[in-house]
Amino acid sequence: MVNVMDLPEEEYIYPGTRACAGCGMALIYRIALKALGNKTLITVPASCLTVLHGMQGFCSTKISVYHTPFATTGAAASGILASLEDKGLADEITVLAFAGDGGTTDIGIQALSGAAERGTNFIYACYDNEAYMNTGVQRSGSTPLGVKTTTTPEGKYGHKKNMPKILEAHNIPYVTTGIASYPLDLYEKFKKAKDIYGPKYFHILSPCPPGWGYEPKDTILIGRLAVQTGFWILYEVENGILKLSKPSSRYLDPTKRKPIEEYLKTQKRFSQMTQQEIQVYKTYINEMWIDIERRIKSQEI
Amino acid sequence: MGNVKKDFQKILGSVQKPVKGEAGKTGTWSSQKPVIDLNKCIPVKSGKPSCFNCWLYCPEAVVSRTIPPQIDLEYCKGCGICMEECPVNAITMEEEYKL
Amino acid sequence: MTVTEDNKMDIRDDIMILTGNHAAAHAFRQAKVGVVSAYPITPQSPVVEKIAEFIADGKLNARFVKVESEHSALAVCCAASATGSRVGTATSAHGLELMYEMLPWASGNRLPIIINLATRSLGAPWSVWTDHQDFITIRDVGWIQFMCETNQEIYDNNIQAFKIAEDPRVYLPVINAYDGYILSHTLMPVKLEKQKDVDDFLPPITHHINLSDISQIKGIDPVTTPHIVIREEGTAPGYYEYRFSLQKALENSINVIKEVHDDFAIRFGRSYGNGIYKAVETDDTDTIIFAMGSVASQSRIALKKFRSEGLKIGLVSLRLFRPYPSEELREFFKTKKNIIVFDRDIGYGYEGVLSYELKAALYGLNKRPNIKGFIVGLGGRDVKTEHIITGVRRALNDFEQGIFTNKTEFLGLRLDELRDYDESTYFKNG
Repeated sequence: MVNVMDLPEEEYIYPGTRACAGCGMALIYRIALKALGNKTLITVPASCLTVLHGMQGFCSTKISVYHTPFATTGAAASGILASLEDKGLADEITVLAFAGDGGTTDIGIQALSGAAERGTNFIYACYDNEAYMNTGVQRSGSTPLGVKTTTTPEGKYGHKKNMPKILEAHNIPYVTTGIASYPLDLYEKFKKAKDIYGPKYFHILSPCPPGWGYEPKDTILIGRLAVQTGFWILYEVENGILKLSKPSSRYLDPTKRKPIEEYLKTQKRFSQMTQQEIQVYKTYINEMWIDIERRIKSQEI
Repeated sequence: MGNVKKDFQKILGSVQKPVKGEAGKTGTWSSQKPVIDLNKCIPVKSGKPSCFNCWLYCPEAVVSRTIPPQIDLEYCKGCGICMEECPVNAITMEEEYKL
Repeated sequence: MTVTEDNKMDIRDDIMILTGNHAAAHAFRQAKVGVVSAYPITPQSPVVEKIAEFIADGKLNARFVKVESEHSALAVCCAASATGSRVGTATSAHGLELMYEMLPWASGNRLPIIINLATRSLGAPWSVWTDHQDFITIRDVGWIQFMCETNQEIYDNNIQAFKIAEDPRVYLPVINAYDGYILSHTLMPVKLEKQKDVDDFLPPITHHINLSDISQIKGIDPVTTPHIVIREEGTAPGYYEYRFSLQKALENSINVIKEVHDDFAIRFGRSYGNGIYKAVETDDTDTIIFAMGSVASQSRIALKKFRSEGLKIGLVSLRLFRPYPSEELREFFKTKKNIIVFDRDIGYGYEGVLSYELKAALYGLNKRPNIKGFIVGLGGRDVKTEHIITGVRRALNDFEQGIFTNKTEFLGLRLDELRDYDESTYFKNG
């Protein structure tokens, strides 16, 4: 396991960006770039990340970024890679696509699916703040059940789309989940992905102070609670083999999991969850873990 | 065509070059600033590189991984994550005018 | 995989009999395109099939990204162009419409991308046959637009298009259009030039962005405010300045287009009028037909018919549709008296696009010619010589009586043969 001194000191993002105070995505992006280094080209669709990069004339990253329309992240990454291959530079430069949950699970899913199916050698990282935050907290396909957003004041219908599973179905070499609260785990995974050939998919939970309704200081704490209640599971699927990541492995034992209410009560967006919905959550979490357990057992055979 | 470049040859697509503080001096976003109590800070006490949670978890990268850690108050947005994540409660958020 | 044009001569460098689609594919091959990204759509699919064949046979060293939609196709092209490669694609009708979101992205970013458009009608209802509607629907997004009359022209225009698009005075994307089926699938003789000569004419691309050079850190296409930004690190234009620049580049590109056309004519011995339009038998008459593409080709036959009957009519076949050559057209038409425009497209709610744009261009003339517009051949309805002749005669009749109208007339309708068609009763029995 990586420790804090293993991370390079060099920062690839200048301070003083337009990201909110306590933004989960800002930390995720910072860690990802540390792992990948500056021999990288990044493509970013319309998202909060677009704003972090800055307005005309001046950007906040020390790595080149190609902004692209909302639906096209997977395609833009394919295009950058194709050009690098054409110039014989594809071995030297990593292609990174960094999109939000809206740009991944909803409008961007087609381009991502196409890029994955074509075996495109790139890293696709989805930072999931569970709604269209940049445009003012509207629901997305990744919004969890019962959450209050501006377009679901009554609470969102249905669970979030299981993107890691969808990408697994594309038979790509590496699918993983991450979270802002465990940056060392995330760093290790990005470093690993850099050396794998083929499409690599990251789904990273990104707590959002204004969108989720909590004080900025609690970003890491809330993310940790998501893992500790078993709601967010950190795992890797490498060539079809599932492996729980260290921060999540103890929660295979349901008695170790904190009650989900502890997570829900920290955020205003869950303020109108009914008892029925909370029960649905408990079942949902339970079923997710049973599925993980079943997979791990069948792999041992 | 001539030797003088016309405007449309000088202005092409919208491009950016990297700068610090693209959003300005974001330290002005909050009146609260973190203060590290060096008596409690782990790397300071041990004299060895250790902990550095404040450096690790800062979304803005305004904390340096030095002994002692130093915070760039010009850009620190005062989110308070460093205070929350310090394992020995060495960091407190103080009102800026007091500093 | 390398192009070995000089060694294995299984492609002869003289005249080949090619469909329009394949002429475009050969042009891409000889232009040494670096990245192609396309999605199949009738009637363009053979372009990319041929390109895939070239790549598989080692005749073209390019990356072909087989995307899952046209929207992604142009997104790949834009990203690949910004990274520094020469790129191109092909599409038709709904494919072009699906690309629509990315069209201003390419022009706003000043990316020299080439699209070959095998024109096709837009649904609803479905139609795979040709008209120019798809070509004209995208006229306001800032692309250079050419229309071809022959397969040789498709090949020649492509080679010229890369040179024009990549010129530092231009840096704009180009659409090269040709009629679906009429040209795309019809065999015509096409002279392919020697690779060495094409290389001389068309050097490798020097892109103004070139993200692949990571020693130069660039952010591309960020949010751009209405204001300009002034900091100690420098100043940056606002959106308005970028748009001004795009317009000026388009306006100025006419000079480069003419330059490249004339240079091509000297080197390869083929020219297309003055590069902007082709004037056919216009010196001895002041009555001119104005059209483009397949309609212009058909009009050439009408000219012969008229002249055999003693009526002197000329033709202007428009090659460059955008940037609109209003000065060149005004210069030509200022001595003419009657213009009959045939549009294989229509600006619904108004009239044929060629017709009203020409009227606008000639508005400032002291002596304005008579202009009348007709619609022909939508959805692939055959454009017959007799339609052109009917149109010209009807127009000349109107002009004589001093009738002017912006209302357009459809030629070639077959309403009288429909008897009592009425949709409300169509489904009832008996």
